[in-house]
Amino acid sequence: MSAHADVRHAPGPVGGAFFTPGVKIVAVVAGIGALAIVYRLAFGLGAATNLNDGYPWGLWIAFDVVTGTALACGGYAMALLVYILNKGQYHPLVRPALLTSAFGYTIAGVSVVLDVGRYWLLWKVPLYFWHWNLNSVLLEVALCIMAYTMVLWIELSPAFFERGVTAETPWIRRVSERGLPFMKKALVWVIALGLLLPTMHQSSLGSLLLLAGPRLHELWNTPLLPLLFLVSCVGMGYAAVVMEGALASSVLKRRPEREMLAGLGQAILPVLGLYLVLRLGDLVWRGQLGALFAFDLYSVLSLIEIGLFIAAPLMLATERQRADMGNLFRAAMVLVLGGALYRFDVYLVAFNPGAHWSYFPSVGETLVTAGLVSLEVLGYVMIVKYFPILTGRAPEARAPILART
Amino acid sequence: MGISRRSALKAMASVTATSAVSAISARPAAAAEAPADAVGMLYDTTLCIGCKACVVACADANDRERDTAWSEGKWQAPVDLNQHTRNIIKLYVDGPTRSFVKQQCMHCIDPACVNACMLGSLQKREFGIVTYEASLCTGCRYCQMACPYNIPKFEWTKAFNPKISKCELCNHRLAEGKEPACCEVCPREAVIYGTRADLLAEAHRRLEAHPDRYVPKVYGEFDAGGTQVLYLSHVPFEQIGLPDIGPRSVPETQRSLQHGIYQWFAAPVALYGVLAAVMLRHRAKQGNETAGNADGGQP
Ligand code: SF4
Ligand code: SF4
Ligand code: SF4
Repeated sequence: MSAHADVRHAPGPVGGAFFTPGVKIVAVVAGIGALAIVYRLAFGLGAATNLNDGYPWGLWIAFDVVTGTALACGGYAMALLVYILNKGQYHPLVRPALLTSAFGYTIAGVSVVLDVGRYWLLWKVPLYFWHWNLNSVLLEVALCIMAYTMVLWIELSPAFFERGVTAETPWIRRVSERGLPFMKKALVWVIALGLLLPTMHQSSLGSLLLLAGPRLHELWNTPLLPLLFLVSCVGMGYAAVVMEGALASSVLKRRPEREMLAGLGQAILPVLGLYLVLRLGDLVWRGQLGALFAFDLYSVLSLIEIGLFIAAPLMLATERQRADMGNLFRAAMVLVLGGALYRFDVYLVAFNPGAHWSYFPSVGETLVTAGLVSLEVLGYVMIVKYFPILTGRAPEARAPILART
Repeated sequence: MGISRRSALKAMASVTATSAVSAISARPAAAAEAPADAVGMLYDTTLCIGCKACVVACADANDRERDTAWSEGKWQAPVDLNQHTRNIIKLYVDGPTRSFVKQQCMHCIDPACVNACMLGSLQKREFGIVTYEASLCTGCRYCQMACPYNIPKFEWTKAFNPKISKCELCNHRLAEGKEPACCEVCPREAVIYGTRADLLAEAHRRLEAHPDRYVPKVYGEFDAGGTQVLYLSHVPFEQIGLPDIGPRSVPETQRSLQHGIYQWFAAPVALYGVLAAVMLRHRAKQGNETAGNADGGQP
């Protein structure tokens, strides 16, 4: 476990000015999103969205919640690798993964508040336990996601405490000094929760649509939905960590953790292998190969989706391929696209309420989603600049610039 | 640096085992039966003349705004069920064959909407009627995703306090000893109200008396696990918007899977224990190897 003690891999704040030109652009998008949110709250869902009685769930659920939390499975996937498979050398990637996960889940939570029609009653969901409908998969998903979002921020708290012990305000220092050793002791139990909860709700995000069974296209209508969602979210988690690692290092001018990211590229392989066996095996088992090659809209979309899941491992097959950062990044992106398409397919394409219904996200919905994603980016940049999240030293040439702050 | 394929697969398996094993061992739950006091309606396409008196009566009885959107404010003419319209008459035309059909909540015996609803806002309450309690509704619209008949509608135009709107079998009228408004007003008795048992007997009596007139089936007797609103028709049911769902109730697949996995919450608790145990073991080992490194798996 030498990696832990290795100072080169110790996390530290990135430092530097916050309002770089890039950050300003992202802030503008977030601002426009905020206006769209005000519009939705003032004028209601009918005015702000293209949702309708045929397609009651749209972009916010399919993207922000279902795809967003799958992409936010980096924390989950990394915890599996580091704490369960005991690959301690990947430890430096855990914190950044947890941070993106925490933001991903928090943003998903905000989307849910905007999406439900009666958000002022949401507090009843966790508290009115005597009314809980234990048959409702949505209840399980809601409770799990609420709990997991909290768990993620708790898992991340040592990063804040580490910074806090050097704070000038006495009470912050005191809390941080007490918090650090406490977290060290409690961590195993918190991490175990952080592994259990996503296992539950990521699979349940697949189970949700089983209830729409009679109106779900046969290519996606399988009792394996929960398992397919679970396995693919682990792959998407690794892919997200790879993309985030590569992006953060290039945008924030850090040296990327090349070997570790390449190792993740390898970790993706068995996961995708399992996914493909399940997905294709299920289609064969249920006799849907004919539908798969019918070349109608459904068949084409499934083929693209499965094709992306096949392309990703092909791009990661050899050590040479994985060592090439550009290729690694592209493969991760292919996988993320595949996983996102699979989720859109299940939630929006496979779901067919009848020929006279149609749905395409409105401008308002899109602006809100773009705004929330931007908010996530802003939060991420802000936190890595001031708190010890990222490892990977700054290249020497940059050191004086950083030293100025 | 690399991760051995075997150990990675093993870990994936350990995490997914819970759901996989339970998915396979999931037992089909016993089919639900209609409550003893179940009431319902019987609609007969051969009797309906499409006067739409029931559409107007339904809106009146349930304090719904008139849906005049299609005629730009001139007359009530809903084009489908929507937030103002809990009951609609549609005309199905296919060459010389034509049939009216009435659409409203089917009051399923094992309703998908009820299964979906987090706090039981939608529930089978008295007489097996599926009713709505707004104070428990978050407006999540999962009921809309779930209902195989596209029945629950959402008040999209309201920014504040939008509700789900659906036929509740006029339970407020039943409490006053009256019939559902649509049944009371129908001049042809094309839709009648009664206990489910009586209506089923009446439907079979009609089928026997006029085998030439009907498709030989009472829709809702077994469909989707059985419904409390029943249909007789002279054209195939799928063509008038009553899908062939089979006798299995809609929530059954999901519920048996979910119950398999979460029975007594045993699997999640066990998984939690296993995960923590694995980590504690790693940590103990690691402590022996690198004494003095206090980092012990700190994120
Ligand atoms: S028809 Fe739809 S809304 Fe009515 S009880 Fe059945 S599932 Fe619920
Ligand atoms: S919209 Fe309301 S009634 Fe429908 S499932 Fe959600 S909470 Fe229940
Ligand atoms: S029972 Fe009442 S609410 Fe239902 S369709 Fe008839 S009139 Fe409308």
